Amino acid sequence: MNSNNNILVKLNNAGFRQSEKWLVEGVSLTVEKGKIVTLIGPNGSGKSTTAKIALGIYKNIEGTVEKYTTKVGYVPQKISIDWTLPIRVYDFMLLTETIEDSAIDEALSLTGVIHLKNKNLGSLSGGEFQRVLIARAISKKPELLVLDEPVQGVDYTGEIDLYKLIKKISDTLNCGILLISHDLHMVMTATDYVVCLNGHVCCSGSPIDVAKNNEYKALFGEKASQILTTYEHKHDHVHSDEGEIKKN
Amino acid sequence: MFDDFFIRALVAGIGIAFVTGPLGCFVVWRRLSYFGDTLSHSALLGVTMAYTFDLNIAISVFLISSVIALILIQLQKRTNLPGDALLGLLAHSSLAVGLVVIGFLTFIRFDIMGLLFGDILAVTTDDLLVIWSGGALILIVLKLIWKPLLASTVNYELAEAEGLNPDRAKAIFTILMAAVIAISIKMVGLLLITGMLIIPAAMARNISDSPQKMVLFSIIGGLLSVILGLYSSLEFNTSSGPSIIAAALILFILSLFKIKQSIKLKN
Repeated sequence: MNSNNNILVKLNNAGFRQSEKWLVEGVSLTVEKGKIVTLIGPNGSGKSTTAKIALGIYKNIEGTVEKYTTKVGYVPQKISIDWTLPIRVYDFMLLTETIEDSAIDEALSLTGVIHLKNKNLGSLSGGEFQRVLIARAISKKPELLVLDEPVQGVDYTGEIDLYKLIKKISDTLNCGILLISHDLHMVMTATDYVVCLNGHVCCSGSPIDVAKNNEYKALFGEKASQILTTYEHKHDHVHSDEGEIKKN
Repeated sequence: MFDDFFIRALVAGIGIAFVTGPLGCFVVWRRLSYFGDTLSHSALLGVTMAYTFDLNIAISVFLISSVIALILIQLQKRTNLPGDALLGLLAHSSLAVGLVVIGFLTFIRFDIMGLLFGDILAVTTDDLLVIWSGGALILIVLKLIWKPLLASTVNYELAEAEGLNPDRAKAIFTILMAAVIAISIKMVGLLLITGMLIIPAAMARNISDSPQKMVLFSIIGGLLSVILGLYSSLEFNTSSGPSIIAAALILFILSLFKIKQSIKLKN
């Protein structure tokens, strides 16, 4: 099946339905080694659901997922640490895989939180915790990294540094990255392929192509696509308030 | 050496504490104390089965508790009742059915107090074998599923995404719960087994900063509770279960002072 050895995960017309409501449907995308694929779209458009389909967290899906790697690093969008479990940053780094202390220190240094190594996980601020989450995901040197809004709560300069780090990781580890991000600048500059979601795939392609797309403009506003050219295309459908697709 | 009933009780209790320590931590972390209650209440039915069909009590209790766990999982899938209501339903109905069955078994004289609260006189040399070999097996299996179980306790999706199979770990842990209840029922009594699981673990939570330390302190707390409890049980002629749990409670209260101290230090 895998004609291209670089493919890490491939979604074919994948969708997920929860109690009769489609969270997302008809998503096809491929993440390859060394490439960054970014999912963009408004709240509730199915970005996290798509990531969870790719990761195999959702089992009863429509369509198919082909996964060619088991070395996966995941930064979930939401994670709350229960206070009943005493756990330090160091223990958290070893949560899913036993890795060497030097690799732990390296990852924590890269994300700028090495000084928190022996702190209790529950005592971290939101931004510090995100940095630890990213460090944990990269420390296992994964082939596939899935980052669901990895820099939420991180201060502005830190955000830029972390995105630079993510780009660097993709280059140095040659790992494929599936990124969910609101930072359009990051999306436009560092990403190889953009998938714009709104319950289904609105448009996809290189960042330039997507920026030119009218649906993208409709979702994110004119300002977001200032780099667009005069290219336009006709819609064959519009979205109702509930996100349903209506053919013109 | 095991001729003396008190030595037997002590050896049995120490074996139990080694197992309830780590398992109790997961009961606290995963909020399963009511689940533990339900399994141990159903153990009475297992005990009556053992007497009726002349089976080993531990094996019979283990089987019944496992069946109750399976029924619970099915009920959760097929009804719209909340989890705590289902747990209460199973806990009290299995306890009630167990007591009714005992009423019918007029040819056997039951020591109900001993069943409910534990009896140090009841521990035989065979029981020691069951406790120590069963306990060793439980600990080995727990060690094998430690990583997926802990990872999914922290975050289920993280464990699933990174290929740790948390569902399998959870299913195995449920079986281990049934097993620990089976080996500790004679000693601690079916009403107090959950106390043996959660009180030393709760004490350990107050003085630990990592999962491993909490498991270690939980075992030490359980061992101290057993030793203190059994000596006072002998001294004051009280049931073994309540004496052990009361000792665990004293340790828990002492551990609260440690928290107070660390809060003061922070300020």
